[in-house]
Amino acid sequence: MPLPTGEVIGILGDNLRLRNSVLPLPTKVATKWTEGLGLPHGGRTVLYTGLMYQLIPYIEGLVKAQIKMGDSWMGKYTGLGRKVNRYVNVSAFMARPSAEERARYDQVPINVVHLLRKAGVQFGALYEDDLYSGALAYDLGLDEIVVEHAKKVHAVFKKRGVKTVITIDPHTTTMLRSVYPKILKGYDIEVKSYLEVLAEKGFGSNGHSPRQLSGDVVIHDSCVFARYEGVVDEPRELLAAAGVTIRDPEYTGRQTWCCGGPVESLYPIKAAANAANRVAQLRAAAPDCVTMCPMCFVNLSTAAGDTMRFKDISQYLREAYAS
Amino acid sequence: MTALVNPGLATELNRFDEFNADACMNCGVCSAICPMGVDVEVRKLFRYVLLGMEEQVRAQTENVFSCLLCKMCEENCPAGVHIAENVRTLRHHIVLTTFGLGEG
Repeated sequence: MPLPTGEVIGILGDNLRLRNSVLPLPTKVATKWTEGLGLPHGGRTVLYTGLMYQLIPYIEGLVKAQIKMGDSWMGKYTGLGRKVNRYVNVSAFMARPSAEERARYDQVPINVVHLLRKAGVQFGALYEDDLYSGALAYDLGLDEIVVEHAKKVHAVFKKRGVKTVITIDPHTTTMLRSVYPKILKGYDIEVKSYLEVLAEKGFGSNGHSPRQLSGDVVIHDSCVFARYEGVVDEPRELLAAAGVTIRDPEYTGRQTWCCGGPVESLYPIKAAANAANRVAQLRAAAPDCVTMCPMCFVNLSTAAGDTMRFKDISQYLREAYAS
Repeated sequence: MTALVNPGLATELNRFDEFNADACMNCGVCSAICPMGVDVEVRKLFRYVLLGMEEQVRAQTENVFSCLLCKMCEENCPAGVHIAENVRTLRHHIVLTTFGLGEG
């Protein structure tokens, strides 16, 4: 089935414009990870998810639907029509991950909360105002829609008195740190990934990890962290100080090989082929792999099946520094 | 082969002074190392733009949207071409002119 590229992009853009996310999530789902953590609402410094980890179980569900169709998960979606989607959030009917699946990804921001607290960082959260950054729409060239969305995100920061944002994933980091200053006037928010914050706090030096880990792990650098944002040394320092032996695959650091995730919404077969190539490179280095981006995690772990084990870096770090 | 040309295409795309396809010196490193092995060579795509061959650019829509924007090519480009941003700018152009999207 040929993929209607323009229709797919149109639906993603409509969702961002009308529902503040390319794949809208119920507020209850988006904020579930905050429960019981006692995070202040807003404040000068906030932890910002950009919904990336919360979105992953939904994307996984849509990808499973795609495999049944033999083409893009968006193919079925577009068949229902862009016009219908303007009035009804069609994606809500296509992927319904279980509470257990959602909890697995919610664990990442929870890990980060514990790590930042251990580092002595004072921060709040934006709860229902923690909006998607617009990353995929920007990549697809929906500039006008992204500018309008970025204004909403910036307005939230101003309303809540936010000066510094701590991000988790690379896509939200680059949008808030490198793209928004180009497309918004007067945007002066300081943005750091939690990996950078922990490294600055000295967690990458020996002696901070109360529980030393062991074993070899192959590191998969995110393209966006490594080549867009220059985040290469921090994860290595943090993992090494935690006792992990890092193995580099054939392409690594600033020369990392993409997981294929960026084209999954339009060309999932091409994305899967690329992920399979990357998995072969990673598997040659070690059977356990550490990722630092939810898109990388889902694409690579799906391609690997049970031939490798994948963990988000926050799991290793929490185990070592904040368990 | 005949082609209608838009001599102002490269200028139109350079709204924010970031579209620098003219820096490409045709060495082919980008194509050689592309993880996706994208069918059309980036240098050829940029040449179409510089020559104003808009139809040829549009004919490459799938290739333009198959790019991962991973910057592997850009990291290794000896001429400092902003390859990922150039491709993203082409997407924006196609979104507006071919798909009629953008304003919602």
